[in-house]
Amino acid sequence: MSDVTLTIDGRSVTVPAGTTIMQAADKIGIHIPRLCYHPQLSIEGACRVCVVEVEGQRNLVASCAFPVADGMVVRTATPEIRQIRRDIVELILDNHPMDCQTCERDGNCELQRLAYAVGVRERLYEGERKSYKPDTSSPSLIRDPEKCILCHRCVRLCREIQHVGVLGYYGRGFNTVIMPAYDAPFQETLCTTCGQCINVCPTAAFLEKPHTDRVLDALADPEKFVVVQVAPSVRAAIGEGFGMPLGVAQTGRMVAALRLLGFDKVFDTQFGADLTVMEEASELVQRIKSGGPLPLITSCSPAWVKFCEHFFPDFLDNLSTCKSPMSMHSAIVKTYYAQKMGLDPKKIYSVAVMCCTAKKFEAERPELGTPEYPHTDAVITTRELIWMIKSAGINFKELNEEDFDRPLGESSGAGTIFGATGGVMEAALRTGIWMLTGSNPSDVEITPVRGLDGIKTMETEIKGLKLRCAVAHGLGNAYRLMQAVRSGEMKLDFIEIMGCPGGCVGGGGQPYAGYDAVPLDPEILRLRAEALYNEDRGKPRRFAHENPDVQQLYKEFLGHPLSEKSHELLHTFYYRRVPPGIG
Amino acid sequence: MGIQTSVVSHCERWRELDEFIEQVRDPEHPQGALIPVLHHVQELFGYLPQAAMNHVAQKLNIPTAEVFGVATFYSYFSLVPKGKYNISVCLGTACYVKGADRIMKTLQEELGIGPKQTTPDGLFSIQDARCVGACSLAPVMMINNDVYGQLEPAQIPEILAKYRAKRNE
Repeated sequence: MSDVTLTIDGRSVTVPAGTTIMQAADKIGIHIPRLCYHPQLSIEGACRVCVVEVEGQRNLVASCAFPVADGMVVRTATPEIRQIRRDIVELILDNHPMDCQTCERDGNCELQRLAYAVGVRERLYEGERKSYKPDTSSPSLIRDPEKCILCHRCVRLCREIQHVGVLGYYGRGFNTVIMPAYDAPFQETLCTTCGQCINVCPTAAFLEKPHTDRVLDALADPEKFVVVQVAPSVRAAIGEGFGMPLGVAQTGRMVAALRLLGFDKVFDTQFGADLTVMEEASELVQRIKSGGPLPLITSCSPAWVKFCEHFFPDFLDNLSTCKSPMSMHSAIVKTYYAQKMGLDPKKIYSVAVMCCTAKKFEAERPELGTPEYPHTDAVITTRELIWMIKSAGINFKELNEEDFDRPLGESSGAGTIFGATGGVMEAALRTGIWMLTGSNPSDVEITPVRGLDGIKTMETEIKGLKLRCAVAHGLGNAYRLMQAVRSGEMKLDFIEIMGCPGGCVGGGGQPYAGYDAVPLDPEILRLRAEALYNEDRGKPRRFAHENPDVQQLYKEFLGHPLSEKSHELLHTFYYRRVPPGIG
Repeated sequence: MGIQTSVVSHCERWRELDEFIEQVRDPEHPQGALIPVLHHVQELFGYLPQAAMNHVAQKLNIPTAEVFGVATFYSYFSLVPKGKYNISVCLGTACYVKGADRIMKTLQEELGIGPKQTTPDGLFSIQDARCVGACSLAPVMMINNDVYGQLEPAQIPEILAKYRAKRNE
């Protein structure tokens, strides 16, 4: 495609034809204010905040949607445009609650930042304001239409990146509401509870269902023995909440902060991940030897599992029967650990800190607990933990690093990399190769399954056994991969799927994008993954089967992978859900 | 009409809907067929039943939320069965400046229902319309195919009474 040269605010810039004015301006360091625009989503042109003046055009144009032309002269910040832009933002604010100080997103709100940036200092318009009740039916999410400014990012994300399409527009004009079909309560819809709508929402129209109150209550209850486990990806991102550099794991400080908050034991979900590797690698080997069903598909991601139950019920037998690392860990806490320590499992309160909103949904799946009590009592997101630490007056940056408690806090590097797309595959192959050959692979790092390509494939041969593997992250990629498997176009033996872009590091419960950052920015996902790969490299043990406490657990309690006891505590089942997915 | 015939006609409607979808469906551009198909559903059933919207979503491979969005965007589509007498009140510019909002308000008070709703006895439903093309008669409302122009709110009870009486004939 040919290049065109235009002038923006007196500066000349040359860009390929078809570029938008906004992209051309970005290239020369001019950041036109914007709201509904998101670089990974289709152009909506709904908010009009990004209007600019183009010489020869009768009206201002939306720079996110307007393509450049040769010789075009653009002005982005004349007094007139600045006034109009301020008016536009004021009109958006006019139909928005004035409750910033009590809002969950205070300090993390794009609308708040934008209003400040364009210079809104008073509220000139006082018109009719919409009034709706929030939908709190989902175990994971809250949808609050009153906070919604109709930028449609969530609708586009849910359709275009996640291929779920649970959200749409109801009605028109002032009365438009973003909602699922028929205004159904979220719990009764296709929603996979992935929480990516929270990440892209510029305001607080989507939030996680908070569990902080129940955790604080448990911590204050002297009768309860409160244990916590932390997912790998939390350590990779928690520093962002305290203004620390991206891509540096804050494992030791996070453990110290959890102790200060009053948890009786601080455990690591990576122990559960190592355990998952033992069970799942054994399951893979067993399925290959006994003829199926193949491909075996990972089941660690609860958003993916729910997606599969709606959209691919014909593949439920292919899902690994392994519970997720969180649920395995929780099951072991209330059985093995309780027995070992002489604790009444009913008095143990088991908290999980997750990068994930769907884990709240997973914790409530009845088959994952006992009829009397759940195995996981509460799930808080990385964001909720950051708030708890700040709210307790803990100076996170100044903490000295501490270690997890044993035995359920001990982990190998294989458990660490679960948090990045491809990590479960890599960890399972490291141990699978050992199981099949009796020795560890010479290359610990299996790089073809790393990185942010939507669908990654790899073929390997272990002792004459050909293994065709694929990895997908983000449910849109999962959909495309599974359609190729369904149609027979792709023949595979082992598939890893994570519901969120980038895997768990990009989870719906991770810190909001910072001041200059864009939600879902691949660079942030890459840096968080890098933090985990660095942790893995620094670990004395990098194979799940070398975790001494996992070995001990098998010796003292479970017997061996896929034993009867393992099946009872560490494996589960799935079911077809309604409504059926479209496509 | 006996139960037998109503079941038959019900099945026929669904079959006719499927035939219509097959005619207009374009797998490359599924969205293109959505509005014509919803029009057809409205004609066949008199409104857009939820089951039909689910069916259309599956057949056209369009998220149900999107089908619902289109169905609620256009005032032509109704999500509830319309009354025997459907009242369209024009809220276009000319009618609006001539007081169409007062006509709408009086109708709602008289019938105890809002726009896009149907009275419990199934007799009346109210719908807002954008310009019926009779601006010189503003404000205008239509009851089925009867046009009432240059309306005053005070005339409404009398007009409604006429249709109530018709039912008893």
